[in-house]
Amino acid sequence: MALDAESFELLQSTLRRFIRERLVPAEDVVEETDEVPVALVEEMKGLGLFGLSIPQDYGGIGLTMAQEAQVAWEFGHTALAFRSVFGTNVGIGSQGVLMDGTEAQKREFLPKVATGELVMSFALTEPDAGSDAAALTTKAVRDGDDYVLTGAKRFITNASRAGAFTLMARTGGPGPSGISAFIVPSKLAGVSLGKPDHKMGQRGTKTCDVLLEDVRVPARNLIGGVEGQGFKTAMKVLDRGRLHLSALSCGVAQRVVNEAVAYARSRKQFGQRIGDFQLVQAMLADSQAELYAGWSMVQDCARRYDAKPPGASDPDVSMRASCCKLFCTEMVGRVADRGVQVHGGAGYVRETKVERLYRDVRLLRLYEGTSQIQQLIIGRALVGRDAG
Amino acid sequence: MPLKILVTAKRVEDSESKIKVDAAGTGIVKEGLKYKINPFDEIGVEEALRLVAKHGGEVVVVSVGTKDVHEQLRHALAMGANKAVWVHHDGPIDQLGIAGCLQKVVEKEKPDLCILGKQAIDDDQGQVGQYLAEWLGWAQATFASKEESLESEAEKAKTPAIQLAADGKSITVIREVDGGLLTVSSPLPAVATTELRLNQPRYASLPGIMKAKSKPIEELTPAGLGVDVGVKLTVTKLAPPPARKAGIKVPDVATLVDKLKNEAKAL
Repeated sequence: MALDAESFELLQSTLRRFIRERLVPAEDVVEETDEVPVALVEEMKGLGLFGLSIPQDYGGIGLTMAQEAQVAWEFGHTALAFRSVFGTNVGIGSQGVLMDGTEAQKREFLPKVATGELVMSFALTEPDAGSDAAALTTKAVRDGDDYVLTGAKRFITNASRAGAFTLMARTGGPGPSGISAFIVPSKLAGVSLGKPDHKMGQRGTKTCDVLLEDVRVPARNLIGGVEGQGFKTAMKVLDRGRLHLSALSCGVAQRVVNEAVAYARSRKQFGQRIGDFQLVQAMLADSQAELYAGWSMVQDCARRYDAKPPGASDPDVSMRASCCKLFCTEMVGRVADRGVQVHGGAGYVRETKVERLYRDVRLLRLYEGTSQIQQLIIGRALVGRDAG
Repeated sequence: MPLKILVTAKRVEDSESKIKVDAAGTGIVKEGLKYKINPFDEIGVEEALRLVAKHGGEVVVVSVGTKDVHEQLRHALAMGANKAVWVHHDGPIDQLGIAGCLQKVVEKEKPDLCILGKQAIDDDQGQVGQYLAEWLGWAQATFASKEESLESEAEKAKTPAIQLAADGKSITVIREVDGGLLTVSSPLPAVATTELRLNQPRYASLPGIMKAKSKPIEELTPAGLGVDVGVKLTVTKLAPPPARKAGIKVPDVATLVDKLKNEAKAL
């Protein structure tokens, strides 16, 4: 059951107020300390943000994709670290369980995910399996009532906060059909974390390696109870994640445009506002037009996503989600670049917001499938290589 | 002792909207305006929720107006109020009419305490709480405030500022007066009105917003309540504040001091 329009409007205005009053003022603290203040994380739990996409039957509020895109857009208006705190619970960390998990798995994990009591992360990428995810080598060997997992996962968002991972490991032969998905509690013996990654931007987001040494995972934690389905699960999860990130990219682009317009209106050179110069206006106009195009495609694709049966995979929607990810994340890169340009030298120093935004958005083109992977997905769908 | 508290949720123009006086000069241009719950009323809802969290009881929220006021009622319900009463009235209404409707709702609901905003941010009349107390024959504690700051630990812990006596028969309210604070005690039932510094209202949680949908909104009408809402007070003129003149730049401190002394006569 989707949230009705009136309630959603109330939710949106509450979130806007929360972002404006609580999160935006804390951006500099996050940037300086590389941490999201604990009190704010608690407030985010209290608000129910961790359960945005979890259906009401499992204790969440069950937003549609179109509604989730609106929320992601709002969170694009502040430091991306805030969204990241609950982002994996809403998206890639929990969706595998929701889409393909057994009823018992859903009942066991999702209500805790929805309240934020349990933070879940998504562990697909490995040191030698990035874009080529189907080549992953983490092994899962059945032994009695357990699977024994060994391997290493890389760049795992929220690993240090996670109580459990949706983790892909190889139970069978090479290729995608040998991969299974597991729910791996982080407290199990043999699970350890690498050092925190030092990233270019998005300070306050937490990523690191996850190492598995003979970790005994109960067989009941095999998502869906069937081996060999893990790669499909991961790809379905990423479809939805791509739309979320596309919407987020548009939100950040709007923030950059807001910052650039405000600067162009206040900064004076040659005796007038720089915003009165047509060359500056051209940069703003290009950004606004691209942002509008991106947001329009996200809204369209989200509607298509909501129109298909829940949990089903539709190749056309997947292709379009990749179009969104490709266009919107590249778009926000260009918008952020122009945002710096409008600020001139001031845009290169830490005191201006666009300097941070410029670094923050660089990641959007890389994770959950690089732009080149999106091109491959779109290209294959068009030429029909996989369809035979 | 559980308390039953009645609060209000007036629908007012969002303070972030651009307000323009209309052509007739007696109202404002309504197109494109956004609306929200009167912030003083929202503080009242928050105080009521804190009192009920501490002492038990229930919070009833009331609004008078068109169906649009459902948005404000839902807002209060999402914050945690238990039920809502909508006095359905589509035409113009003044403070006497609103207070009359509230009086009848109070007589029906029989709360121990009413908490209203001290005024609404639309036309700042600040009359309704006082009329209501007068007509009910109840004591009134207006402009409720508190000693602690809005950054204090007590505020973070959502401690109510209005104190309920141990026997549950009276309340103590700190009032803001010129240059200080005045503490008053009033027997219940009573009417209190809120000052801005009473508390910082909570954000409605998302589960709270969901639950609000299933909470009841009772519909009443002024006629059904037997209230004459004929308008007695009319706005005859509305004028925007005079536009500010542009400032000037002075070349040095000496000129500034000279101007402050001789032109502004501020020194």
